[in-house]
Amino acid sequence: MKFSYIAMRLVKTVLVTVAVVLLSFFLIRLAPGDAATVMAGQTGYGDEAYMQSLRAEYGLDQPMPVQLWRYVEKVAQGDLGISYVRRQPVAEIILERLPNTLLLDAFALLVAAAGGIWLGGMAARHPGSAGDSAVTVLAMLFYAVPQFWLGMMMVLVFAGWLHLLPPFGIETMGADFTGLARLGDVAQHMILPGMTLALYFLASYARLTRAAMIDVADQDFVKTARAKGLTERQVARRHILRNALIPLVTYAGLQASILVGGSVLVENVFSWPGIGTLAFQAVQARDNPLLLGIFIITAILVSLFNLLTDIAYSVVDPRVELGQ
Amino acid sequence: MLDRRAVLGAAGLIVHPAQAWAAPKAAKGRRIINAMMFEEPSALCYPLANTRIMQEICGNINESLLLFDWQFRPQPNLADSFEMSPDGLRYVFHLRRDVLWHDGAPFTARDVAFSCGVMLPELNPRSRAAFGHIASIKTPDPYTVEFQLSQPFNAFLLSFMASSAPMMPAHIYEGTDFRTNPYNLKPVGTGPFKFADWKRAQYIHLTRNERYWRPGRPGMDEMYYRVCPTPEQRLVAMETGAVDIAMADDIDTIVTSRLVANPNLVTRTDAYNGTGEIAIMELNMRRWPFSDRRFRAAFLHAVDREFLVKAINFGMGKVAHSPIPSTAPFYDDKVLTKYPYDPARARALLDEMGCKPKLGGVRHRFGIMMIPDGGGYWTRGAQYIKQALAQVGLDAELEAVDWPTQLRRSGNWEFDCDCNSYGEYGDPAIGTSRFYLSSNIRKGVPLTNLQGYVNPEVDRLFNQAAVAVSRSEAQGCYSRLQQILTHDVAMLWLYERKPVFIHNKRLKNVVMGPNGPSDGFGAAELA
Repeated sequence: MKFSYIAMRLVKTVLVTVAVVLLSFFLIRLAPGDAATVMAGQTGYGDEAYMQSLRAEYGLDQPMPVQLWRYVEKVAQGDLGISYVRRQPVAEIILERLPNTLLLDAFALLVAAAGGIWLGGMAARHPGSAGDSAVTVLAMLFYAVPQFWLGMMMVLVFAGWLHLLPPFGIETMGADFTGLARLGDVAQHMILPGMTLALYFLASYARLTRAAMIDVADQDFVKTARAKGLTERQVARRHILRNALIPLVTYAGLQASILVGGSVLVENVFSWPGIGTLAFQAVQARDNPLLLGIFIITAILVSLFNLLTDIAYSVVDPRVELGQ
Repeated sequence: MLDRRAVLGAAGLIVHPAQAWAAPKAAKGRRIINAMMFEEPSALCYPLANTRIMQEICGNINESLLLFDWQFRPQPNLADSFEMSPDGLRYVFHLRRDVLWHDGAPFTARDVAFSCGVMLPELNPRSRAAFGHIASIKTPDPYTVEFQLSQPFNAFLLSFMASSAPMMPAHIYEGTDFRTNPYNLKPVGTGPFKFADWKRAQYIHLTRNERYWRPGRPGMDEMYYRVCPTPEQRLVAMETGAVDIAMADDIDTIVTSRLVANPNLVTRTDAYNGTGEIAIMELNMRRWPFSDRRFRAAFLHAVDREFLVKAINFGMGKVAHSPIPSTAPFYDDKVLTKYPYDPARARALLDEMGCKPKLGGVRHRFGIMMIPDGGGYWTRGAQYIKQALAQVGLDAELEAVDWPTQLRRSGNWEFDCDCNSYGEYGDPAIGTSRFYLSSNIRKGVPLTNLQGYVNPEVDRLFNQAAVAVSRSEAQGCYSRLQQILTHDVAMLWLYERKPVFIHNKRLKNVVMGPNGPSDGFGAAELA
C-alpha cells in the first residue's frame, strides 16, 4: 500500500516536471531580447555577424518547435544542456549552488520551526496574557514586513552599526580559510540571511502553533491528562503539542518547497551564492538553458518535499494512512 | 587532522567576528593583488566576448604588438619597431625575439598573422571593424609581419590597443572551433601573469609569469579577481583593504567621494582615457519632434549638464560639447556650437518650431528608456533630466527596463529617447563614426546608428577622414565634422565619463597609460 502510493507519487512528479519544462520553455521566450543581444550589448560594439554567430551557436536561429524538440530530447537523456553565458554544463552550475541554498534553508527552517513553536507554545499557555499579546504582535510584525527591507535593516544594524556580523557573501573574501575556521566563517555569514528568511516563517509557526494548541487544549483527552495529575508542562508538551503538530507539518512542507527554489530577494540582498541569485542572473542574461534547468530541478525537489510531508503525516499521527 | 591555527582562528572569529572580513590574506611572502569582478566572465578568451571584465583580467594574460602613451602615441611592446609606407598602405612590424607563450612555445609572426587575419576578425566586432581594411598579411621571416591594406586607414596603428588586438596563440587555436576550444577556460598568453585556477563563484587566480620578456616584471606574484556582486560589498572590501583595486563602475559614484577621502586609497580618473567614453542620450529621429534640430537644441539647453556632472555624478566627468572626447586626438574646441543651460532659450526654440504648450502647459509627451543600473548614477541622471525637461514643458516618462529589453528595443528602434554611452577608443574612425554613418543604420543590431541620423556630408567626411594619409587632412575632416554635428545636435552629448579607478596605497605603478587595466598590471609593485 505504502509502496504503491510512493511509486504513484513519483510518476506524478515526472508528469509535473514535463509540464514545467513545456510551460517554462514558452514562458521564458515571452521576455523581450535574447542572450545574443545581451552579449553583443556587453561588448559595446554592435555587429550583426557577432549576434548571428551567437544565435547559431545557441540554436536560437532555429524555428521554435525545433528548439523545443532538441531541448526535450536532451532533457529526456538527463542532459540539462550548456549555459549560454557561462559555457558550463547547467547541471554542474546548479549542483555547485544548490548546497548553499539548502544550507541556508535548513538553517532558516530549523530556526523558524523551533523558535516559532516555542513562542507559540508559550503564548498558548496563557491566552490573553501580556506575553501572549507580545508574541502575537511580534509575529504580526515579522509576517507583515517585506523580507528585502528586513534584510537591509539587518545589514544596517548588525553589520553597519554594531559590526557584529559580516553583511554579505558566504565566506570572507580573500581569507581562504580551511577546516574549522572555514565552518565558523560560513556560519557567521549565514546568520543574517538565515534570520531574515526565518523570521517571516517563524511568525507563521508561532501563530499556527498558538491557534492549534488553544484549539486542542479544550478537548477531553487534555482534561483526562490533567485529571491524572500531569504537570501543565507535561500536558502542553506531550498531549497538546503533539496533537497540534499536523498543521505545523503541513506548513513545514510548504516552507521547504518555497525555500528550495532559492529566495531570490533574500539571496540577492545578501549576495548569497545560491539558486535564487543564480536564477536572477539567468533572467538578466536571458540564459534560457540555465533558467530552465533551475525550474526543472526545483520542480523535482518540490514534488519530493510534498511526498516527504505526506509521509511525515503518518509518522506524526499514526491515524493518518497513506492512500487514496 | 586538525590544524591548530585553524582551530584558534575559529575561536578568534567567535570573539571578534568583525575581524573576519577586515583582514586581507598575507600568505607566505607572496605579493598578492586582490581585485574584484561584479560578475564572472563567460570564459577567458579575450576576443570571444570583449567585455570590461574580460579586458581587466585578460589584459594581464594577452598582450598586443603596441602600447600607447598618454598622448595615444604608439610605443613598442611585442613589436620592437614598425614602419609605415608613405602611401599609408603598408605597415611592417618587427617582433621581439625573446617572447614566449605561457606554455613555452615561442611567439612568432605566425601568431600575429593568425590573430589579426583569422581569429580576431572572426570573433570580435571591434577587431573586425579595424582589421577589415587588411588586404593581405605576409610573414617573410618568423619575426617580421607585413600588413598590406586595401585602402589607407589612419587609425590602423590605434587598432593595436590591447583591447582590440590581443595576440592569440596560433598553435593552440588554429584549426580548432574557437568557441569550444578548451583553452578558452585556461588561457595561454604572453603577458606578465598566467592563468592559475578558476574557482567558480569565488575567484579567478593568476600567477606570476616567471619567463616574462620584460626584465624585472611583474612586480607582484599573484593576482586574485574575486566575485563581488553587490556595490555595498565592493565598497566594504575597498575600505577594509580586503581588496586592493576597484575598477570602473565597481564603486557607485554616490560613495566614491568617501573612498577619495580615504587616506589609504589612491583615486585615478585617467585610467579609462583610452576608452574615451561619453554618456549620451539618443533620440529616435524618425519621429517628430526629435527630427527637428531645434527640439534637440532645446533639450540640451533645458538640461544643466554641469549639475549633472557635479551633483549627480559627484564630479566624475566633464560636460561633453563634441562627439569627440576632449582628451582624444582630433578634438577641436574652436568649431563647436555649444548649448549652455538656458531654459528660456529652450522654450523659445520649442515655440519657434511649433511645439507649443497644450492643456496643462505640456508641449510634448515622450518616453525616456533608462539604463538598468539598479538605481545608480544613470537612473539618478534620468530622474534629474525628467525634472529639468518639465521646466520647459516637456513631459518625459521614465521607462525602467532590464538590459535585454533595453538592447532589443533600442536595436529595433522602438523608443523615443534612450540613455547610452559609447567609447571612442582613441580614434573617431574606430569608435565614433559608427553612430552617425547612414551606412550603419541596421535594424535589430544594438549600438549602431540607432537614431536614424542621415547626413550625406557627414558620411562623406567620415569616410574621407578614415582613409586620409596625412594627419592634417584627417584633422581638417574631423574639425568640419564636429562643426556640422554639434550644429545639427546629431546626438545629445551629456558628459565625458571619467570612471574612477581606485587602488590601495600599498601598491604603486598600477595605472601606466590611457588604457589602464586592459594593459594589465605587470608594472604594479609594492609601494
